[in-house]
Amino acid sequence: MALPSYASPLERAWHYLYLVICGLIFFFLIAPILVIIPLSFNAEPFFTFTPAMRSLDPEGFSLRWYQSLLTFGMQNPDAEGWAFWADAWTNAHWIKAAKNSIIIGFFATLVATVLGTLAALGLSRPEMPYRRAIMAILISPMIVPLIITATGMFFFYSNPCELLSLVGLEPQCGRLSGTYLGVILAHATLGIPFVIITVTATLVGFDQSLNRAAASLGASPRVTFFRVTMPLILPGVIAGALFAFVTSFDEVVAVLFIAAPEQQTIPRQMWNGIREQISPAILAVATLLVIFSIALLTTVELLRRRSERIRGLTPQ
Amino acid sequence: MANVALDPHAAIATTASGVGAALTTADGKPLARALARSQRRARRRAFLLVLPLLAFILVTFVIPIGQMLQRSFYNDGFSRNMPQVSAWFAATERGTDPDEAAWAALAADLTAAAEARTIGMVGTRINYDLSGARSLFTSTGRALRGGLEPPYREALLGINEGWDNPMLWSAMREASRPYTANFYLAALDRTRDEDGRIRQVDERQQVYVMLFMRTFWLSLLITGLTFLLGFPIAHLLATLPMRKSNLLMILVLLPFWTSLLVRTTSWMVLLQQQGVVNDILVWLGVIGHDQRLQMIYNQTGTIIAMTHILLPFMVLPLYSVMRTINPSYVRAARSLGATSWTAFRRVYFPQTLPGLGAGALLVFILAVGYYITPALVGGSSGQLISNMIAMHMTSTLNWSMAAALAALLLASVLVLYWLYDRLVGIDNLKLG
Repeated sequence: MALPSYASPLERAWHYLYLVICGLIFFFLIAPILVIIPLSFNAEPFFTFTPAMRSLDPEGFSLRWYQSLLTFGMQNPDAEGWAFWADAWTNAHWIKAAKNSIIIGFFATLVATVLGTLAALGLSRPEMPYRRAIMAILISPMIVPLIITATGMFFFYSNPCELLSLVGLEPQCGRLSGTYLGVILAHATLGIPFVIITVTATLVGFDQSLNRAAASLGASPRVTFFRVTMPLILPGVIAGALFAFVTSFDEVVAVLFIAAPEQQTIPRQMWNGIREQISPAILAVATLLVIFSIALLTTVELLRRRSERIRGLTPQ
Repeated sequence: MANVALDPHAAIATTASGVGAALTTADGKPLARALARSQRRARRRAFLLVLPLLAFILVTFVIPIGQMLQRSFYNDGFSRNMPQVSAWFAATERGTDPDEAAWAALAADLTAAAEARTIGMVGTRINYDLSGARSLFTSTGRALRGGLEPPYREALLGINEGWDNPMLWSAMREASRPYTANFYLAALDRTRDEDGRIRQVDERQQVYVMLFMRTFWLSLLITGLTFLLGFPIAHLLATLPMRKSNLLMILVLLPFWTSLLVRTTSWMVLLQQQGVVNDILVWLGVIGHDQRLQMIYNQTGTIIAMTHILLPFMVLPLYSVMRTINPSYVRAARSLGATSWTAFRRVYFPQTLPGLGAGALLVFILAVGYYITPALVGGSSGQLISNMIAMHMTSTLNWSMAAALAALLLASVLVLYWLYDRLVGIDNLKLG
C-alpha cells in the first residue's frame, strides 16, 4: 500500500503510525503461539524466561519436559533400548492419547468426508430442492454451541435405542457413550460443516459442461465422477478432510461428555493437565501441536494454490 | 449411456412436418411432459446425494438435541414414581390443604418408592424447586422400613416435621404433572409462591439473568475488540500486493489452525502473575515488583484470550470483501476534494459493511456459546452461560435446568444464525 505522492505530512505520519499499529496487532496474533516454544525447553518448572534462559546459557535449557511427556505413565522409565520404547509405546499416557486421537480423527474424517462430499455434490446441483434449508441444517453443528451439542449427545449416546421407542419399537441395544464408535460419530458430525463449506466452495467454480462433455463421449456417470469431477474437486475435498481432522484432533467438549477414560485423546489429556496441575510438560505438547498445525497450514495453502491453478484461476 | 437418454435435448425429434404440431420426443411423448419428468428425476438424484448426510445429521445431531431439550419442560421423576399422590393433586384445586386421603396416598407412594429405590429420584425432582427436600425424602425413606399406621399425617410428621411445610406441598403439586414450565421460570430467576403466582427469587439467588447479560455483554465487547483489531490488518492485507499479503496472511491463519487448547494454554502461561507479561511490565517499570497484575482467572483473562482466538473469524470475511473494493472509488473521492478521512468514512467504509456484518455475526455467535476458554481462564467472574450448563450437567445433575438454559441459549444462537443466513448467506461462509 504505497502512499500517493500528494499525501500531506500529516497523512504520511498517520500512514507510518498505521503500519506500526498493524505490526502490533500481528504481534498480538502470533506472539502467544510462538512464545511457548522456547518456554517448553525451560530447565526449571517455571512459565517464564529464567535469567539463565535470557542470557542464552545452555544450562537454562533442557529437554526434560519432552522426556517427561514420554515417560509419564510408563512402567519402567529407566529401561534401556528396545524395552524402553516398547514400554513407552504401550503404556505412556501421551502416546496412548496420541494413538486414540489419530484413530478417532482418521475414522471421523473418513465418515465426514465421504458423506460431506456426496452431499456437497448434490447441493451444488441447480436442481436441488430446499437447498437453503438443508444447507442451514448441515452447517448447524458448527454454529450450535458445543456444550449444547455435547449435552444432547450425552443423553442420546448413553441410550441410542430410546430413539426407536418413539416409533413404537422397544429394541435392546448397547450404549454408544464410552465406545470408540460413539466418539467417532460425534466427531464426524462436528467435522461435516467444514467439508461441506470447502467442497461447495470448490464446486462454485466447477464447469458443469465438463460432465456433459464426458457423458456425450460415452462415459458412465461413475466414470465421469471418478475421472473428471473428482480430480478437479480433489484439492477442496482434501482441504475439507484436513479441517475435519483438525476439528476432531482439537475437540474436547464432546469427548468429556461421551468418552470413557479408554478413549482419552490428546486434548482431553491436556484439559486434565491444565485443570489439575499445569506443568511445563503441557508446553511441550503445545509446541508439538504448533509444529503440527504449521505443517497442516502449509499443506492447505499448497492445495489452495494447486486448486486455483487447475481450475484456471491464475495464482497471483 | 443412461445419462444421454435422460437429457431431453438429446432425445428431441425435430418433427418439422407441420407448423402448429406439438413438439414431441423421439418416442412420441409431448415434450413438456418429458421435460418435467426429467427435471423431477434430476431433483431426485440431487436429493439422493444429500440424503445420507441429512439422515446422519438428523440422527446424531438434531434429534439428540431435541430429546435433550425435551427435558427442559418434561420431567416425570415425581409423577411416575408417586402415582397416588399425583392423582390426588390432579383431583383437587390448587391451594387445597392436604386431607387424610392425601397423607394416605403420600405414605403409600413413599413406601412403594422406598422399596423400589426410586425415592432418591423423587426427592431430587422436588429438590430442584425446594432445596433440602432430597434429604427429607431419603431420610423418610429410611425410616419407613417398618411400615406406617394411620393416621398417616401424624405418622409422617413423627418421622420428620418437615412434611407439614406448605412450600413442600406446593412444590409437589408442581411436580405431579410431568410437563412444567418451572425450569424456564428458574432460568429467568423466577419462581412460584404457594399460590402459584410467579415472582422473582431472592436477590441473592438471582444468577441466571445476570449470567445471560454477562454472556451477551462480553460477547459484544469481544466482537467490538475483534473489529478494532481486525479492521486495520484486514485493510493492510487487502491493499498490499498479493505476494506480501500472502506472507502476512500466514500470521492470521496460523492461530486459526492452532489448537484451541494450545492458544488458551499460552494465554494462561503469559498472563500469570509470575508470567511473561507481568515480567515485562515489571522490567519496564510500569508496575512494581509487588503489584503484579491479576490478569487471569477473571473477566480480563476471558476477554483477552477469546479476542485472540476469535480474531481470525473477523479478519477473514473482512479481508475477502476488502479485496473486491475498487481503489479508484477512493481516488475519485480524493480528486473531488474529500480529505482522506472523509473518503474513508463516506466511500471506503460503507463498502466494507458486508464483510463487517459477516465477521461480527460469526464472532458473536461463536462467543455466546464459548465453553472451554472461560472454563480454563475465566475464574469465577469470567464464566459464561455455557459453563453454567456444564455445571448443571456434571455437578448438580439438574439436567432439566441445564436443558432449559440450553434451550434459551440455543434460541438466541438460532435467531442470530437465521440473521446471518438472511444477511450474508450460509454459502458465503469461508474458511481460510
